[in-house]
Amino acid sequence: MKIRDHSELFKQQDYQEQFERKKEFENPWPAEKVKEISDWTRTEEYKELNFKRENIKINPAKACQPLGAVFCASGFEGTMPFVQGAQGCVAYFRSHLSRHFKEPFAAISTSMTEDAAVFGGLNNMLEGLENTHALYKPKMIAVSTTCMAEVIGDDLNSYIKTAKEKGVVPQDLLIPFANTPSFVGSHIVGYDNMMKGILKALWAGKKGEPNGKINIIPGFDTYTGNYHEIKRLMSLMGIEATVLADVSDTFDSPNTGEYKLYPGGTPLHDAQDAVNAIGTVALQKYSTVKTMDHIQKESGQRTLTLSPIGIKNTDAFFAELSKLTGKPVPAAIEAERGRVVDAMVDSHPYVHGKRFALVGDPDILLGMMSLIMEMGGEPVHIVCTNGDKHFEAEANELLASSPFGANGKVYIGKDMWHLRSLLFTDPVDILIGNSYAKFLTQDTGTPLVRIGFPLFDRHHLHRQPIIGYQGALNLVTMLVNTTLDELDRKTEGSASFDVIR
Amino acid sequence: MRQIAIYGKGGIGKSTTTQNLVAALAEAGHKCMIIGCDPKADSTRLILNRKAQNTVMDMAREKGTVEDLELDDVLLRGFKGIKCAESGGPEPGVGCAGRGVITAINFLEENGAYGDDTDFVFYDVLGDVVCGGFAMPIREGKAKEIYIVTSGEMMAMYAANNISRGVLKYAQSGGVRLGGLICNSRETDKEFELISELAAKLGTQMIHFVPRDNEVQRAELRRKTVIEYAPEHKQADEYRTLAKKIADNKNFVVPTPITMDELEKLLMDYGIMEKEEAVA
Repeated sequence: MKIRDHSELFKQQDYQEQFERKKEFENPWPAEKVKEISDWTRTEEYKELNFKRENIKINPAKACQPLGAVFCASGFEGTMPFVQGAQGCVAYFRSHLSRHFKEPFAAISTSMTEDAAVFGGLNNMLEGLENTHALYKPKMIAVSTTCMAEVIGDDLNSYIKTAKEKGVVPQDLLIPFANTPSFVGSHIVGYDNMMKGILKALWAGKKGEPNGKINIIPGFDTYTGNYHEIKRLMSLMGIEATVLADVSDTFDSPNTGEYKLYPGGTPLHDAQDAVNAIGTVALQKYSTVKTMDHIQKESGQRTLTLSPIGIKNTDAFFAELSKLTGKPVPAAIEAERGRVVDAMVDSHPYVHGKRFALVGDPDILLGMMSLIMEMGGEPVHIVCTNGDKHFEAEANELLASSPFGANGKVYIGKDMWHLRSLLFTDPVDILIGNSYAKFLTQDTGTPLVRIGFPLFDRHHLHRQPIIGYQGALNLVTMLVNTTLDELDRKTEGSASFDVIR
Repeated sequence: MRQIAIYGKGGIGKSTTTQNLVAALAEAGHKCMIIGCDPKADSTRLILNRKAQNTVMDMAREKGTVEDLELDDVLLRGFKGIKCAESGGPEPGVGCAGRGVITAINFLEENGAYGDDTDFVFYDVLGDVVCGGFAMPIREGKAKEIYIVTSGEMMAMYAANNISRGVLKYAQSGGVRLGGLICNSRETDKEFELISELAAKLGTQMIHFVPRDNEVQRAELRRKTVIEYAPEHKQADEYRTLAKKIADNKNFVVPTPITMDELEKLLMDYGIMEKEEAVA
């Protein structure tokens, strides 16, 4: 048997004939009509209708709360993410994360079925905890919920207490929990809820002498490169830092030929002692709102939110960090800054004046907008499905701060089908988004720079940092090279198809 | 801050009793809040002197999502500064009212509705502990005290016993306790003795016997509590007494619900229910 490659398979005669024959049963609209409607979806008239759409979301750029919760939980030492709810949901979190990171990912589902929906999920919780403890021997079980458990109102706190009282799991086993209903918020809110739940559990009774360290909370950050980068920068600064929810080993562990169920994560001892840090710095704002509020109230330490994407933001990050710790920014980091500024000067002629559409999570959007405007690019359409009005105000303020933001418009709660309309009626040069945005590229021809989550269709992008000066350099490289690829495509066969750009 | 949940059979007078009791507490200088946990949203009408207020779920429906709500849209102040919120919920026969209660309480908590200066939070909960949603007010970390409004009618007592079963479930693993039965009199036979005995069987107390008085009805028609409408009336003093007893209450128990047979026996012992053989 001849194995045919997938990329050519469906173009071959046998499949083409099959498709033709199928039409007899499909009774499709005539091709001209399909073309007519397809053309109509590109018009201003359709855009108006599209933006009046109320009762359906089409390709929203967000995932649900428990995905963020299990992601967060997986960043702690020996911790098993445990989801009270239906099985299919957890299969989705696992496959989604595995497809992005190309790594195996373990999480527990309590497999609630119809009877659990009627009688409540207590038994599922008890059996689930017992099995998890017996089979996987975790140091901590971090419980979150799916829609089902939330709708029927399962009381996690009392269930977990019951499990301990019945001796199903040891009294001293750490079992933090978070309510993460999928029908509100998004993965970034789920991350926030779980982080708060974990710190609540870990910090109970741990307040003591200040330890002189700082805490770094990356937020829902799926770039393992960012975790390595932040640790490198902290060591260059001479700062002892605890990264809370360090997922870098979980999702980027070395291939030793041996499978490890718990490949790394923030040591629990460090996470517990984090209550005694001098301050906590969150690298994302919208995925850490409740957590940072809790930290401030619980520990009284200084809390700062500084998202180091782009030059200006990274400058602010180091300035504030220096103030917080009293440590100067070393020459090595200043040199990194100098190199990326030099790179930006080299590349800016190709980025300056280019128009951008962006879709993704709030914090990444703010960082990218800032960086693009630093290069003289213009953010035009900014679509944030999971953005709230605080994000909208902050993004508008950012646009107003630069002449390059003059044509920018922020759309919260909108999806990629809205963005499709915008790309037809008001075209841009470059699109920034996750892998799902490639369908916008297919429809509109706008070249895509893949930034965000999930990135399923290109490899290793998550291994390169996008934060700090090194991250800025990576982003500049992606942006400028995509514009140059496009320039090559456009000038192919002409005298402008140049070897030097 | 003491958080208190009021349960009881539908139509027994939970909302009326709660509002009069809270009005009396407020009059005595306590800072109070009422959260109505009933899709009918009639838990705050007498405090606000107007028809049902905008509920959390109404506003969420209007704005598309609860995330777009502002606290001021749903948290109003009424008589003596009592803070009032209603969860609201779906139209009868559709959706999930229990989830509405969870959503509403989460919203109020997250947006700081309780504040640091509140002495008493009362949850006025629809009927029975029918599902996880209606148990939201007695989840760990919320209401630790429960009072059940009942009367000498058999089904009201039956409901009180059932609710005790729900409380028992939560009390076994958590801190929630039964503070007592409030008898809202229907003037049935030997009502005082009967409810005192039921309370004893449940391991608790009848914290107060609220006599029936038409002044309550007259005040209600004017959308007022008796405390506000007729502060000098003797019925107002009944609610003041109830308020004081609740404020001073130290008797909190894990209830000991009884079986249906025991409940019937109780009614027979008091001569209210005849023995089946006798009926035949």
